[in-house]
Amino acid sequence: MEGGSVLRHGLPGEQLLPLTSADAVSMADTLVSIRDLRVAFGGVPALRGVDLDVRRGEAVGLVGESGCGKSVTWLAALGLLPAKAAVAGQVLLDGQDLLGASPATLDRIRGGRIAMIFQDPASALNPVHRVGRQVEEALRLHRGMAGPAARAEARRLFDLVGIPDAGRRLDTYPHEMSGGQNQRVMIAMALAGQPELLVADEPTTALDATIQAQILDLLRRLQAETGMALVLISHDLGVVADMCSRVGVMYAGRVVEQAPAGALFTHPAHPYTVGLLGALPDMVGPRRRLSAIPGGVPEPWNLPPGCAFAPRCDHASPACAAAVPALQPAGDRHLAACIRVNARAPEPA
Amino acid sequence: MTDLLELAGVSRVYASRRGLIGRAVAVRAVDDVSLRLAAGRTLGIVGESGCGKSTTGRLALGLERPDQGIVRFEGEPMPAPGSPVWRRLRARMQLVYQDPLGAMDRRLTIATQIEEPLVIHDIGNAAERRDRVAALLRDVGLRPDHAARHPHELSGGQRQRAVLARALATDPALLVCDEPVSALDVSIQAQVVNMLTDLQQARGIAMLFISHDLKVVRQVSHEVAVMYLGRTVEQGDPEAIFADPVHPYSRALVSAIPVPGARRRERIVLTGDPPNPADRPKGCAFHPRCPVAVAACRVETPALQTLPDGREVACHLAPGTIRKAA
Repeated sequence: MEGGSVLRHGLPGEQLLPLTSADAVSMADTLVSIRDLRVAFGGVPALRGVDLDVRRGEAVGLVGESGCGKSVTWLAALGLLPAKAAVAGQVLLDGQDLLGASPATLDRIRGGRIAMIFQDPASALNPVHRVGRQVEEALRLHRGMAGPAARAEARRLFDLVGIPDAGRRLDTYPHEMSGGQNQRVMIAMALAGQPELLVADEPTTALDATIQAQILDLLRRLQAETGMALVLISHDLGVVADMCSRVGVMYAGRVVEQAPAGALFTHPAHPYTVGLLGALPDMVGPRRRLSAIPGGVPEPWNLPPGCAFAPRCDHASPACAAAVPALQPAGDRHLAACIRVNARAPEPA
Repeated sequence: MTDLLELAGVSRVYASRRGLIGRAVAVRAVDDVSLRLAAGRTLGIVGESGCGKSTTGRLALGLERPDQGIVRFEGEPMPAPGSPVWRRLRARMQLVYQDPLGAMDRRLTIATQIEEPLVIHDIGNAAERRDRVAALLRDVGLRPDHAARHPHELSGGQRQRAVLARALATDPALLVCDEPVSALDVSIQAQVVNMLTDLQQARGIAMLFISHDLKVVRQVSHEVAVMYLGRTVEQGDPEAIFADPVHPYSRALVSAIPVPGARRRERIVLTGDPPNPADRPKGCAFHPRCPVAVAACRVETPALQTLPDGREVACHLAPGTIRKAA
């Protein structure tokens, strides 16, 4: 690949922007652009055409239930799926398609320009190496640091992510630390490559509520300090509402709604989003019976024709089975994949 | 009215060894906990990992014996686990926990598993049991054709319904639910929560509902207890506790729950992790993380005190007890 210069990673500001499009302004603004991403495992579709943009420095939430494809989207984008997965579409990082990129190029991008953290930090860390050494390895791979310089930088990163007594903690093993501390180590390791985008896949799901609050606080602070973009994948609408300025809702391998966080939670347009919010118990106000969405998610090998949500939808009509609905405007920067959106008056921009 | 279930000053101590040659350390998983649960009511227990909520559930069922204090079921002391009296009593109290696949036998059909408690407790003849299984399947919202299936052929939500049907087979008076919906997706979780409240109303079952999910606990509970490191720190009406928590730990816990749509409340972010139960801080166990701790908190363990609104709080600084701390 043309690699070297494009991928050279330095401080923000000395970034090389390979602007090939005439639409230079929006290109410069968009960091990652996913277009019609399709993934199938043994002929069974897991993603059925996902479009998603991540702008520099923004926090995007991706919500949905088990199997909706929210994790697969980013595993596919970063080339982390097993070889048996059939992946098609485009994942553009500053205009460079990652899906066709060489393994060497991907190795430099993963953990470099784009870092990812997962739900279970203990299994993502190597149990037989001290945590400091694991962070130093990331520094060697992505920033060419070694010896005392790497050690000092690892220590700085530990301080940055709020690990108390950082100097001594570098020499502990993952099993000697709590789940929250291990997640901080993972975040430190992710920051080692000075990423422009951090993809956090259910980063607090395995943690207790008060520790979750600490980690979310940390991610928010790091994002503000480093200016990196954040993709937060979560099943918890509350977490996403709290952290993200823009949210995508996924169902059965597609993005069914995309909107600024405020609009999504106050004026959800897709019946599935409405259903998810209704199914969530409140923390304040009178207790009401939960409005559960009837039925279950369709099996990926047995999807209904047209809109995959139609069999569970209160508003479904025969027209819903005619074709898979495309995302259409439902308000200001608000898109929903539902044929009823057309019939509604869009909310004032 | 006698309570269906009563835990009076109950403690449970485990011996824990650190490393291969370490000395055994006494871990107080549950420390002087008192709870009462009336028939047909739900008591929610919330708290984080290691706070003793699951051990409390096992004590309530008599699966474990307390080292101190007493557990009473229908006014009588809980018989020893494994004894014939206790075995008979188990038909009246059942357990549902988080992982339905782990709770089921993968080789047996759903119907066989739902029928099993009826066989164990020798209830009805074969034909009556078959009818009862069919009725139970219907009650938990499963179809008749689910009866012949195996656990792996059902979805997570359907499995949890099957586990519930099995728990309900002997018509229990008490259901201990330990994180019953935590492994389920939001839309399915709502279905199971609604079903639990419906079943409670129809059958008058009492529930001990143990969960880390405050939103779900608020939804189902008539009363709630917040636990920290083996002790109850606040207990009372869920509306009061979740709207206006008094104990600094409950305050932090409630403020840590992000709610979509709501304006972000001021969040109390605690520093540090919950301490190891084997290494319990002196005085109030919460004091090392407490933003308002005073000198007395490091020395004296606060007892539960009743506030004017009826709730109980174990904090030296709770309103009405403030003079003690000064």
